[in-house]
Amino acid sequence: MSTLTRTRGSSVPPGIPTSPRRRRRPRHLSTRDRVVAALLLAVPLVLSLAFVWFPALSTVLLSFTRWNGVGGLHTEPCDPALPPVLNNGCVNGVQNYHQAATNYPEFWPAVQHNLIWLAVFVVIATPLGMLFAVVIDRGISGSRMYQSILFLPVMLSLALIGIIWEFVYSQNYGVINTVIGRAGDSNAIDWLGDPDLNLWAVLLEATWRQAGYVMVLYLAGLKAVDPTLREAARVDGANPWQTFWQVVFPAMKPINIVVMVITVIESLRAFDLVYITNKGINGLELLSVLVTSNIVGETQRVGFGSALGVVLLLISLVPICLFLRQTFRREETQ
Amino acid sequence: MTSKALPAVGAPAGEGRNTRPRGRLLAQVFLVSASVLWLLPILFALYIAVRPYSDTRRYGYVSLPHGLTLSNFSEAWSRADMGRFFWNSILITAPAVVIVLLLASGAAFVLTRVNVKVNVALLILFTAGNLLPQQVIITPLFRMYLKIPLPSFLAESGLMYNSAFGLVVINVAFQLGFCVFVLSNYMKSLPAEMYEAALVDGASLWTRFWRLTVPLCRPALAALATLLTTWIYNDFFWAITLMSSGDKRPVTSALANLQGQFVSNQNLIAAGAMIAAVPTLIVYILLQKQFISGLSLGASKG
Repeated sequence: MSTLTRTRGSSVPPGIPTSPRRRRRPRHLSTRDRVVAALLLAVPLVLSLAFVWFPALSTVLLSFTRWNGVGGLHTEPCDPALPPVLNNGCVNGVQNYHQAATNYPEFWPAVQHNLIWLAVFVVIATPLGMLFAVVIDRGISGSRMYQSILFLPVMLSLALIGIIWEFVYSQNYGVINTVIGRAGDSNAIDWLGDPDLNLWAVLLEATWRQAGYVMVLYLAGLKAVDPTLREAARVDGANPWQTFWQVVFPAMKPINIVVMVITVIESLRAFDLVYITNKGINGLELLSVLVTSNIVGETQRVGFGSALGVVLLLISLVPICLFLRQTFRREETQ
Repeated sequence: MTSKALPAVGAPAGEGRNTRPRGRLLAQVFLVSASVLWLLPILFALYIAVRPYSDTRRYGYVSLPHGLTLSNFSEAWSRADMGRFFWNSILITAPAVVIVLLLASGAAFVLTRVNVKVNVALLILFTAGNLLPQQVIITPLFRMYLKIPLPSFLAESGLMYNSAFGLVVINVAFQLGFCVFVLSNYMKSLPAEMYEAALVDGASLWTRFWRLTVPLCRPALAALATLLTTWIYNDFFWAITLMSSGDKRPVTSALANLQGQFVSNQNLIAAGAMIAAVPTLIVYILLQKQFISGLSLGASKG
């Protein structure tokens, strides 16, 4: 039995006795059983390899080419002397990366916006979600209702959230401009159009959703913490603040890692909100938007877009590996 | 939102924690203000949706009601052809959820109950696939979708690109990782003795999978089905990148078109948005317990 099932205590169904730690496996499989097992595994495996892993690896390969998506790819190196039209489908080396870093005005702002997004999630959304969870976990009256209200935004699609918040932010009729008495006049603040403001406005929407998500994960985590730990801390004279930070919080390590992974990955994946708000331009550039616009837009720069995708991949590998290490470390030694 | 349907998360543990009345009051005040702030944007959108256009034009959007109406909903429904978009969403979501759960149960069963030498590596492969940002795979996927032909009964376009089938495939492939991960954890918690007894009775591998394991996994499957329905219904990225024609898109991404279409009448946009939110809200209200237990079962979803 892995650490997983123990730490996520809720995954053990009620009424089913816990099995012994060592499980014996069937020693002999009949031919028919082997065929069934192979089929059960092969179909999902092929789908995952063909539609997730093959594209992921292809992104890496394509990132070293220059290609507009028309015509074939070949292994000739690009000739810098020729115009781009004649240089199609050739091997471009690290030129795409070089170009992104030095000669693509949207690149560094996008990286910066992604980092700001991450920082807001780490500094505001996650602690807020944890605070919600801790207060709700104290079991005051009405806590279930608060829980469902705070979780409500997580159920809505991000595209919908973008539309709903438009009513709050709109320059002409939005709640905020009306309340501060500026709606519709020349003083009205263009929350979503002003490139100095809109990232923060959208981040408020994102935080509104993310905090509820984090809250539910921590509620599950808090429930899984052994109550005798709290009891012991109380007997030892610890106040609630000390009990939480020195006993409960460390005991939630698996959930902390999950929340950390989700925080990083959600901020790298951010796309829907900025796209629905203003197509992810004019102050809302993110790496995900740049990848998409280079691939699906009018002028397809497949190689260049792929290079941006690889940058995204490399950053996201950090939390992914961290999560896999934490999850599968014990299992391997079984 | 009936509180009966809610899970017992955060129920008083009966340990006499937090008995100080001042702390209690503080907590109440904090949660009430947070809840009001959290509800405001949704309630305001709802308010706009039930007000007549003439009222908002005359008095502004942030003003007291002079009359409420439901006509925005019917008008948004018919003028934006929302019935069609809902149908598109069903055509994508329902098959995708069923197929993911079937395939993921099979894979999880083999990985946990049959001694495959590389099973941890395969489990990692499935799990990691789900954590990749979608933009990492979109470039080649987009090219593949333009290349793979489909018979005309599956897709009018004759291609994976711009077909509901294509969206089902990518949603299945992408969500498989999460479901395999959760289901394999769940299956590990099933008692080994039961399988030994089944073996003694001569049950084949298929019987052990289909007749024994799948029924026992019903709680996990219900939780996953709830999560998947919401995620796939709410998908925006795959729909706008892998579909070119707006009229085939699912309802959440079709809303983006609605925004352009009704730009002068925000009451209609608000009504359309509220209509599109209804299915997930129903799932939430009815199946909140499953939804939340699903999240905490896996807790790995990015």
